Order: sequence, then C-alpha cells, then structure tokens
Amino acid sequence: MTVHNLFIFDRNGTCLHYSEWNRKKQAGISKEEEYKLMFGMLFSIRSFVGKMSPVDMKEGFLSFQTSKYKLHYYETPTGLKFVLNTDLGVQNIRDILHQIYSSIYVEYVVKNPLCAQNEPIQSELFRTKLDNFIRGLPFFSARAG
Amino acid sequence: SWCDFRFAQSIMAIFSVYVVNKAGGLVYQYDNYSPRLEVEKTFSFPLDFVLKVHDDRLIVAFGQRDNIRVGHAVLSINGFDVNGRYTADGKEILEYLNNPANYPVSIRFGRPRLSSNEKLMLASMFHSLFAIGSQLSPEPGSSGIEMLETDTFKLHCFQTLTGIKFIVLADPRQAGTDALLRKIYEIYSDFALKNPFYSLEMPIRCELFDQNLKAALEVAEKAGTFGPGS
Repeated sequence: MTVHNLFIFDRNGTCLHYSEWNRKKQAGISKEEEYKLMFGMLFSIRSFVGKMSPVDMKEGFLSFQTSKYKLHYYETPTGLKFVLNTDLGVQNIRDILHQIYSSIYVEYVVKNPLCAQNEPIQSELFRTKLDNFIRGLPFFSARAG
Repeated sequence: SWCDFRFAQSIMAIFSVYVVNKAGGLVYQYDNYSPRLEVEKTFSFPLDFVLKVHDDRLIVAFGQRDNIRVGHAVLSINGFDVNGRYTADGKEILEYLNNPANYPVSIRFGRPRLSSNEKLMLASMFHSLFAIGSQLSPEPGSSGIEMLETDTFKLHCFQTLTGIKFIVLADPRQAGTDALLRKIYEIYSDFALKNPFYSLEMPIRCELFDQNLKAALEVAEKAGTFGPGS
C-alpha cells in the first residue's frame, strides 16, 4: 500500500502545492503542464459528473481508479482541491484529506500571515508537517528502489 | 432528505449503459432506470427564484428552497411541458413569469434530462478523460479510468483490445459490474458484430442486442452477480 503524490489547487487552478513520495512514472510533460492537465481533468470530471448523475449530489466526485492507481479527491466549500494518488488497496480516505485541510493547510497556511492567498505555498513548516503526516499514514510504505 | 428515501426504496439499480467506439463516438445508449425527482408547486408573484437561460433551458440560478435546487430546470408550466426557454404555446418563459397577470402559476422543476446531443458530448468527454487518467498515472502501464465514484453513482468502464468502451452507470452499492461489463461485451459480439448488417464503429441498431442487453441488466439487478457458466 502506498501514496504516490499529492496536489493542492486553489479555485482558479493555481497549483498551491505538489509533493511526491513514490512515483515510478513521470507524465512526460513539464510540471506546469501537468498541473494544468490535472486541474483541467478534474474540472471536466466535475462537470461530467454533475450532468450524468441521476439525482442531485451532495459531495459529488469522490475518486476514480485505473488498473494501477486510485485518485482521491476532496474539495472544500471555498473551491480548494486536494488530490491524492494512491495504489489500489486504499479505500475511502475523504476524512484524511479533510484532515490535511483542517489540521495542516488551515493551521500552517491560512493562519500564516506571510502566506499569500492564491499563490504557491512557500512555507517550509507546511511542507514538513504535510510530509510527516503522509509518512505517518497507515497505508504509506516507502518502497525500496 | 427525500432523495435518500427514494434510494432506499430502489434496490441495486443500474441506471444506464453507454457504448463508445474507438474514436470516442457514442454508438449505443440505454437508460434502464432514471429516478426523476420532480417538484411541482404553485407560485404567486413575484417568484423567489432567479432563473437563467443555460444550454437552451431555464435553470434555477439562485433561490434554492424546499426541494427545488440550484441547477434544476423548468420542466412544465401549468401542466404543459415547456420547450426549452419557451412555453408549449411559444411564449418566452422569462417574460411570461415577469408578468403579474399570469399568476398564480404552477411550475414543475427537476433535474434536466439529457438530450441525445448532450449524451454524445458526454460520451466523448469521458473518452478523453479516460485517456488523461492513463497519462497522469504515477505508475507505469496504467489503463484509463475503469471506475469513477461519486456519492450518488458509480461509473464502470471496460475497454476492449480493439478500443471499444462499455460504460455502465449504477448505484454505488451494485455488485457484479465487472461480470456485467464482460457480459455486455459478449452480447455485443453475438448480436452486433455477428450481424451482417451492422457496420463497425457505427450506431448499434440491432433488436437482438437491445433485448439481450435488457435481459442481462435485469439479471444483474436481481442477482447482483453473474456465475462463470452464464
């Protein structure tokens, strides 16, 4: 069981943060292009899901999986988007993403007067806290190689 | 909420089936079960809602109350189904509703039904999203999106070696969708591909395909799973 990478986007599509832990394959495009593609894909998925749903949704899009990975999605009411890619063994981690938002993002970014809104997060403290949190997850195991 | 109540009543539903060719074009679509929750109420002037024209329909933009949500469309006025932004007898709805003389008025709201064009566009959209899911994979050798989950439905997709996608939208609790997707592939092979009048990549208009597909959906809904010998 493992965590591959994490993206945090604001409501405008700016990638506020990206970290990777276990990633075997790069996207083949620059990081900026990858952020845009990821955000665009999520934006389209949300629109797609809104139209396709047979009834009104409360939480909307939650996750998708392919043959090799699972993408978990959590969006706050203010449009902040948390995207976590894990392997297939991981079930519902919506509450973990919410915890990342409430106990790490809010604590170390929102409450930091030096962190500008809607700009990539520079705070080293945030990065460290987030890294420790992810590494401490029960389904995180750093693979050899 | 009363949406949940309706869900509890319907056991294990399969909502719809889509078949997409390798270019991303929709070749078959079937709606098995559409829980259309609609609300009809009588209103007096002035209307509390803000209605806006969107996709040639009148949609609630603001003023959500009771069971009428943002995103719901005006479906009928005084019992007569509307025609996009116009009433059944050709008047523009927004004008009609701005005239106090037309009140009290009975309006039916509900989630807008997808037109055939919209279904075509959504199928193509999914075809692209499927590919992007593979491109953004952090692991090598990943397929495209095989399962997409929301709080109200799960989308299951099976892509064959020749690039055809079979897509099933079902209740999140529905089991046996993998077996169902393979069964639909089998039905496609037997009743579309083996039909001498069917052309590859074109819309499927084969009666036996429809009949067998409906039967397979019924079995999947009742049993929840297919045995290996079926």
